[in-house]
Amino acid sequence: MPFALNEDRERELAKIISRYPNKMAACIPALHLCQDANEGWVSPEVIAFVAEKLGLSAAHVKGVVTFYSLFNETPPGKHQVWVCRTLSCALRGSGDLIHHCEKRLGIHVGETTKDGKVTLRTAECLAACGTAPVMQVDKTYHENLTEESVDRILDGLLSGS
Amino acid sequence: MLKRSDYLTKHYGTPDSWTVAFYEREGGYGAARKALAMSRDALVDEVKKAHIRGRGGAGFDCGTKMSFMPKEVKKPHYLVVNADEGEPGTFKDRSIMEMNPHALVEGCIIGCHAIGAQTAYIYVRDELHLSKARLNRAIEEARAKGYLGARAFGSFGPVDVHVHTGAGAYICGEETALLNSLEGRRGEPRIKPPFPAQSGAFGCPTTVNNVETISILPTALTVGGDAFSRLSDLHGLNDGGTRIFGVSGHVKKPGLYECAVGLTLRELIYDLGGGVLDDRNILGVIPGGSSCPVHLPDEVVNLPNDPRFAPYDGKSILDLPLGVDTFRAAGSMLGTCCAIVLSDAVDPVLALQNLMKFYRHESCGQCTPCREGCGWIERILDKIVAGTGTIEELDRISDIADDITGNTICAFGDGAAQPALAFVKRYRKNFEDYVKTGGKSQTGRLTV
Repeated sequence: MPFALNEDRERELAKIISRYPNKMAACIPALHLCQDANEGWVSPEVIAFVAEKLGLSAAHVKGVVTFYSLFNETPPGKHQVWVCRTLSCALRGSGDLIHHCEKRLGIHVGETTKDGKVTLRTAECLAACGTAPVMQVDKTYHENLTEESVDRILDGLLSGS
Repeated sequence: MLKRSDYLTKHYGTPDSWTVAFYEREGGYGAARKALAMSRDALVDEVKKAHIRGRGGAGFDCGTKMSFMPKEVKKPHYLVVNADEGEPGTFKDRSIMEMNPHALVEGCIIGCHAIGAQTAYIYVRDELHLSKARLNRAIEEARAKGYLGARAFGSFGPVDVHVHTGAGAYICGEETALLNSLEGRRGEPRIKPPFPAQSGAFGCPTTVNNVETISILPTALTVGGDAFSRLSDLHGLNDGGTRIFGVSGHVKKPGLYECAVGLTLRELIYDLGGGVLDDRNILGVIPGGSSCPVHLPDEVVNLPNDPRFAPYDGKSILDLPLGVDTFRAAGSMLGTCCAIVLSDAVDPVLALQNLMKFYRHESCGQCTPCREGCGWIERILDKIVAGTGTIEELDRISDIADDITGNTICAFGDGAAQPALAFVKRYRKNFEDYVKTGGKSQTGRLTV
């Protein structure tokens, strides 16, 4: 089925396009908008939709999607968890926290829990080095993490409907 | 010398510090009014007197960069703010956008006037959702007040500010990659020339500045360009004012500390950062983001032939004032002024392996030396850590890093090579120990 946006999001897209001197510049924000409306991933239908809306080739849009790490080409879990693995966080124990998350969730980095609730990933520097270790859950940062606080956060995600 | 200041950070942690009402109670938007009443040339001259060196890492003088923009506006001019903060160890810009977003919006109004632009784009990495929300709110508030829009402050020309979102790519912090990304393309750096001031965003003259550089403009104008510059210990080296220093890793009080330019690493680590965790010794310090070389704590600065740096010759690197030119002269790099401290509990081989995984992951893949070299170094390090590496391979790390340096379109390649060269040179024994004994005498960890 072709992808479409609801009326509110169509208005949002028009607003985004109006910020730039040409439509191509809206490509990344438009993909974010559509990804959010498409259960967190950019399907081939989303690519076709964005290409048509912005007057771009599907190849151009696909090229953009594959370049950036935050566009998902397959459906992620309901919640996405990124644990920062880069140096400042690693010095503060993010290596152990990543293992802890894997054990707690019963999956490896890059995988999604069987119930589809949580996708676990590592992140490259989240720009929160002063409050390391840090993880991002969907659109929220959690800082100064400990195993206990990570457990509370993960339990909340797993028990949520 | 340690001199605290609080121009940008005074109200960090205070509720509502991000609202226009709060900002105006503190005198906010007075500097923008003042700037818009000045001629473009006079404004640029004032900014030049402030000697604001780019806070994003390259350290280029802000006023001089403004002066590169064409005098005559034949096509639209753009101000683009680089808020793609993601250099490992760096976390200052995010704090400004979250706690003091109006300083950035006001800075954009000033910056636009200085370069003849009517539009500013703030390119924020996607992960910083709170920053984007606070900035968008600040922009809406400024529009509602009439500070932005068709007639700024009711009597000046049009100026508007927009937030643009990235999508997860460190390379977009490189200014021409950022411009490609802003235009809706893959974030691959462009060949220079043309420089952005000639042909930047949408083929038009463009100035790209770091968040902190633009956010300090209102302060510089309020204090006065020359007076602002003189706040710095390095005023004589044209490195003026105050800036936000950060420290992370193995210190007792990691965080951000706004100070006059000229602070030393020793002051940052011990006086502000509270010293090393568990009172351990320092194994190494990376002065300003992971692309800077790592330094040993007992390194001595050798600067015998330049009278400008005579006061620092023979001093410890920890006592060298953190300035763009002082660190460049010492063969290092100031970068973003956000230091990473490694205690002597750290295995430096694992630290470099951690960093090279970052660079391999973030190389955009456009230039062969960087794309292949970063991965090659990472694979050698993986072998060395696994105890199967050889001395020839260890030597090859430096050869590969040398071959990346200077042979790529953008500075990412140099930034990736620098830590590899510095770690292998300064901790050679630790690397050799891995080759000879499988790392038996190393700590095998990164944590204290």
